[in-house]
Amino acid sequence: MTVEKLKETVLDTLKDVELVMGYQMGFDALHATPLFIRKKEDAERLIWNPLCVHNLTTYLPSLKKSRVGVVVKGCDSRTIIQFLQEGLITRENVTIIGIPCQGIISVRKVLKEIEYEPVEEVSFNSDSMTIKTLKGSKTLKIEDVWPDKCITCKYPTPLIYDYLIGEPVSFDRGVEVSQVIKELEGKSLNERLAYWQKEFDRCIRCYACRNACPLCVCQDSCIAETREPHWISQRLTLNEKFMFHMIHALHLAGRCVECGECARVCPMDIPVNILKKKINLDMKELFGYVPGVNAEDKPPMYTFNVDEVNIKEHGI
Amino acid sequence: MSDIAPKELKIVGFLCNWCSYGGADTAGVSRFKQPPDLRIIRVPCSGRIDPLFVVKALLNGADGVLVSGCHPRDCHYSDGNFYARRRLEMLKRLLPFLGIDDKRFHYTWISASEGQRWQQTVTAFVKRIHELGPLNLKEEKQS
Repeated sequence: MTVEKLKETVLDTLKDVELVMGYQMGFDALHATPLFIRKKEDAERLIWNPLCVHNLTTYLPSLKKSRVGVVVKGCDSRTIIQFLQEGLITRENVTIIGIPCQGIISVRKVLKEIEYEPVEEVSFNSDSMTIKTLKGSKTLKIEDVWPDKCITCKYPTPLIYDYLIGEPVSFDRGVEVSQVIKELEGKSLNERLAYWQKEFDRCIRCYACRNACPLCVCQDSCIAETREPHWISQRLTLNEKFMFHMIHALHLAGRCVECGECARVCPMDIPVNILKKKINLDMKELFGYVPGVNAEDKPPMYTFNVDEVNIKEHGI
Repeated sequence: MSDIAPKELKIVGFLCNWCSYGGADTAGVSRFKQPPDLRIIRVPCSGRIDPLFVVKALLNGADGVLVSGCHPRDCHYSDGNFYARRRLEMLKRLLPFLGIDDKRFHYTWISASEGQRWQQTVTAFVKRIHELGPLNLKEEKQS
């Protein structure tokens, strides 16, 4: 039902834009992949289900000059608001087709559940999914295979849209801080350092996290790769990897909308999004700021107050 | 060097050209005694300091980092230190999450006339780093 209405809206939108971005089936039944609709026929391939995990708004800044339509979930819509705050896109050029989202799946978690067997068929019910593999079929509750971001999700309905497919939903699962952060904060400094060193040591510096990040807009002039200034070298040491992740985290301070793409695309399963989530918690505490919620806001690192209420001077 | 003197640690200081660097100079001209562990890097303004400067220093062998600029409202460029204050506070809160003691990083405001205060700050900070000991983040083999 949603898909039919989505197709209809997309075809409608296509009349005055060059391109609409949506989702289609990927290489197997467990993967969706982005679909770029330029012709009417392409819209036939559109799908909508919890496999639609990608944040399609990533493409918007590079398409700033053309008129495009994009299908967004609640979390993706926050990216658009952040783009608007930073002047990275023109609102008039983007047609936003919002879909209220009940939570998506983490392909990684599903694969673990089915023990990495090749997938033959996947079907969805209201709150569960059934995966058929060569070794039989397995039914999973979608809630149990949510990615981290769905657990702390506060905005299931898009915050900004031109068309809304379906009824707005709202829920708050009451989880403010993700489990990993809580666990880490209960540990000693040495344990935390050991944790991050162990995680970052796996990094192969493919920069997939940076490339998938909608707000890493420097792309080809990223300081992780420039020779002048030479921030990090090509040496394969833990410190270089650590430094790269610091660059990514600090450049997203007060900008990260927690879409979780960095962690999703990481081939080494490094929880790169945790650092940014932690900084966001501080941003909320210090400046009462939540990224990607109000297009009129200014990112906290782009502005200042003469008297900072929440910043106290530190003594030695 | 006498045997009693503790081993010198590496502490990097980022000082703004207009206030704190002047303050350090005042302390020098006044011949106030200062610990020798601090290596000062002069920057045009505390707003020039990217939090990554601090991270890079710590990852590359510094045991502590001290940042100092003009007092808020006294910035030579009128608002550089206001931006710096937000960034540095953000970093100060992030460091312990990474497992680096935030006591190793200190930011403060010292004007060009406050030679005495500079001397006190440096002495106290260096003392604190000595109590914490070396950080040793640089020691690592190529994998």
